[in-house]
Amino acid sequence: MDKADNRILLKKLVVVTVGMFGFGFAMVPFYYKICEVTGINSGDAQVLARNTQVDTRRTITLEFDANVDAHLPWRFRPLQRSIRLHPGEMVQVLYEVENLSDRDITGQAIPSYGPQLAGRYVKKIECFCFTGQTLKAGEKKQMPVMMVMDPALPNDVHTVTLSYTFFVQPDSGKAAQGGRPAANG
Amino acid sequence: MAHDATHAHDAIPAHDGHGQPGGIMRWLTTTNHKDIGSLYLWFAGTMFLVAGSFALVIRAELFQPGLQVVHPDFFNQMTTLHGLIMVFGVIMPAWAGFANWQIPLMIGAPDMAFPRMNNWGFWLLPVAGFLLLLGLFMPGGAAAGGWTMYPPLFVQGGISYDLTIFAIHILGASSIMGSINIITTVLNMRAPGMTLMKMPLFVWTWLITAYLLIATVPVLAGAVTMLLTDRHFDTHFFNPAGGGDPVMFQHIFWFFGHPEVYILILPAFGVVSQIIPTFARKPLFGYASMVYATASIAILSFIVWAHHMFTVGMPAAAQLFFMYSTMLIAVPTGVKVFNWVATMWKGSMTFETPMLFAIAFVCLFTIGGFSGLVCAMTPVDIQIHDTYYVVAHFHYVLVSGALFAIIAGVYYWLPKWTGHMYDEKLGKLHFWLSVISMNVTFFPMHFLGLAGMPRRYADYALQFAEFNMIASIGAFIFGFSQLIFLAVIIKAIRGGRKASDQVWEGAQGLEWTVPSPAPYHTFETAPVVK
Amino acid sequence: MKRGALRPLLGKTLAALSGTMISGAVWAGYQLNLREPQSALARDVYNMHTLVNLVCLAIFVVVFGAMFFSIWKHRKSAGHQAEHFHENTTVEVIWTVIPFLILIGMAYPATRTVLAMKDTSNPDMTIKVTGYQWKWEYDYLKDGVKFMSTLATPRAQIENRADKGAEYLLEVDNPLVVPVGKKVRVLLTAGDVIHSWWIPELAVKQDAIPGFIRDAWFKSETTGTFRGQCVELCGKDHAFMPIVVKVVSQAEYDAWLASRKQGAASPSSAPLSRAVLNGRPGAAVAAFGGQLSDADIAAAVAFQRNSRDNKVGDMAQPERVASLKPGAEAAARAAR
Repeated sequence: MDKADNRILLKKLVVVTVGMFGFGFAMVPFYYKICEVTGINSGDAQVLARNTQVDTRRTITLEFDANVDAHLPWRFRPLQRSIRLHPGEMVQVLYEVENLSDRDITGQAIPSYGPQLAGRYVKKIECFCFTGQTLKAGEKKQMPVMMVMDPALPNDVHTVTLSYTFFVQPDSGKAAQGGRPAANG
Repeated sequence: MAHDATHAHDAIPAHDGHGQPGGIMRWLTTTNHKDIGSLYLWFAGTMFLVAGSFALVIRAELFQPGLQVVHPDFFNQMTTLHGLIMVFGVIMPAWAGFANWQIPLMIGAPDMAFPRMNNWGFWLLPVAGFLLLLGLFMPGGAAAGGWTMYPPLFVQGGISYDLTIFAIHILGASSIMGSINIITTVLNMRAPGMTLMKMPLFVWTWLITAYLLIATVPVLAGAVTMLLTDRHFDTHFFNPAGGGDPVMFQHIFWFFGHPEVYILILPAFGVVSQIIPTFARKPLFGYASMVYATASIAILSFIVWAHHMFTVGMPAAAQLFFMYSTMLIAVPTGVKVFNWVATMWKGSMTFETPMLFAIAFVCLFTIGGFSGLVCAMTPVDIQIHDTYYVVAHFHYVLVSGALFAIIAGVYYWLPKWTGHMYDEKLGKLHFWLSVISMNVTFFPMHFLGLAGMPRRYADYALQFAEFNMIASIGAFIFGFSQLIFLAVIIKAIRGGRKASDQVWEGAQGLEWTVPSPAPYHTFETAPVVK
Repeated sequence: MKRGALRPLLGKTLAALSGTMISGAVWAGYQLNLREPQSALARDVYNMHTLVNLVCLAIFVVVFGAMFFSIWKHRKSAGHQAEHFHENTTVEVIWTVIPFLILIGMAYPATRTVLAMKDTSNPDMTIKVTGYQWKWEYDYLKDGVKFMSTLATPRAQIENRADKGAEYLLEVDNPLVVPVGKKVRVLLTAGDVIHSWWIPELAVKQDAIPGFIRDAWFKSETTGTFRGQCVELCGKDHAFMPIVVKVVSQAEYDAWLASRKQGAASPSSAPLSRAVLNGRPGAAVAAFGGQLSDADIAAAVAFQRNSRDNKVGDMAQPERVASLKPGAEAAARAAR
């Protein structure tokens, strides 16, 4: 019944409310952490080449896929539809991208994997997705991806799809906020 | 609803040392819990007619295949506004109205803990409602991205999408203020002897609901804030081009969204747990297990959210986790239904309108629970996700669940609020029309969903024509039946048979010890509960 | 009973209600259950739905049998005096434990099906599906065949200026064609907003999310044409982007693929069309490539060519436009 008690409780509840508002935002890094640990939508950090044992007993089919966002007037395609490789073996593949417009544009490629958990096992040493790519009007270029499939890839995965989607790079120059923390830009 | 204005004026003593303002200023400045309760209920009633008429636009368009009445984009605006307003502008304010009116009366408190915050909490609502509806008059029309506001679609829209986001912020602030008030009132202002485990179940369910609200509404506020900054301030929370992820919005939204479902339904459990014992003339069966069941439903509601998104492509382990946790909710919910039936068992029942609505609630809410169980099974859910089956499911839970409980509660406490008995004949007519037309409207939607009709469709294939026509007919009958409800309320405010203080023969609890209508100030000296 | 203008309506309503009570087979228009499953997974789902419904029905009969019995017998008007019991721990424990056991019984088959649905390994073929506002693009990754699939129902039918055909809103210009009995993996993504790709008969439904790929699979046991629709709100024409899958024999599929490859290898390149397809970044005109149907673009290009002194006098064909959309040319080259 005491007014003072009410105020104390009010303060506590306001703290809870503000805390939960913060929690909403805390879910962002938390979400990416979970995705990274489970390999879904994994951040596409560059890894340094390590000496890995090539697992010649297994052969994986690696498929390549390319997409362009509806707002980007580029053409983008892998130069090979798929390759077969052993886990641990270093491979390089090429993608080709062409600016169909009459303007210079910077695009950013965002990777994605099927099945999702495979993202954790695709170790990229070099990739055009690490930075934005600027193409002059009408320019066409080939871009390499150099990678190793981690031998820890689960045994029941036989086919992995590596997909990229090129978007217009948002706010080129400004630091991106809110996006996933892992390095891809 | 309707603390009768004339009675209220009679009852207002010049007690605060300054004169009570009259007319509109009285309502703008009131800090009285009964006034504010009435304001909430009238607001909810008004918005119910608005959002209900949007539903009738939807059903009119879907009466036949082909586009007849509205353009598909306007159709999407209607579904979006219908959903947003029914959830945030009708059911939630209605429960806040009940809380304001009843909680002080039921626990023997003179008013709410923070009367002025209570006033602000209410008056934010019309502002938010205005912003939501203002969208309709903006270029491009109101927000049409669905009440779930998924990006990237929601990021595409125009100015009315920003208005919607602001409206959500304001609605959130309002319900947080209301919740803080309720928690403080219940924890600090109970009459001597009213221990927690003696509280009426309605107070219990609202206490738990209020905790759910302060835990989840801020998360929703965060999610829509991120949408807003994605739209205007170059952040990329949900934009894949900047490294964001649109699916993350769904996770944050449903982290709020699933507890929200229980925010809408837990007070309904409370109301029904008050009504059934009254008309069965028998104490509630398993009071303690009811409290524990309510608490466990609330806790479980935090770990089931992703069952709304089984088709986004989660890993199998996540799908299984959310399937199991969702199925688990059936256990405490089942306990509640069993307890209500056991309360009726060997009672001495009469069937006045509140009891009829409460029985319909138990029966039809259970059907909604069963379809919920069907939806919980991940493989089946993947088939029926985003189809009319889901529409049927949540309307059974929210119309014959939450709404029927609100209606039951209004009939139950109306004599206490107005001092007059409502017209029982009209009430029964309202009941039968509502319960039949509600089933005619929503039962066929199960079949539509199973047969493959997706939701949020302005037009549909010919094989869905018959059931859509039936559903539309039912919807119009249901909609217009609610005008009877309005008539009953107005009639009871204007006059009618005097209600006794006890009102119902089997009624138990502090609210029935004060006169009918309840005076402007009650329990200024606390009653003692033995 | 009065026989007014409402009579046909009333007749229909009554027919529907009695149809509900008798059986779905009698009233063909009133389908009451999931569609006839055409794959092992879909059959699992169908049976699971039946099982859950039976369990629910049994519980409903027991619980509400008791309730209505009580309503009938324990009325005040029937002179029943209220008893005053209000708890019974044994009963309460029993009705907590029994539902729990029933749930475990239901979770077991569901778990198996979830795992089967998620197993996209070892497919016989992979098709990439891309959702756009408001159409689907199919890309046979190995064979380099790629095409758009848009609603074929004429506008006049939608606007009630013409009679509606049997497959109203469920027909497309270019259906997806797959061989029977083969495990088809679909890789899904979207070019603008989230869409969702669904074939009810094959129990495959997966959201298509821009910037991400997701995979799902199906394996039809029978040949036939199966129709689904987009199931994630994607804007104004959400209801107008159906999915049609034609499941054919391997031989028919091979023949279709060969003819598709031929069709895709049409001559390439017209700069003007490209401007329409791709727009100019930053300009008010966005790229229409993902938004207009091929026929729309063809019309726009024909208009552009024939106005503005460009008296070329030729026609732009939708097929040709499709082949110009990003990647189609590459596919054409690969096919050559």
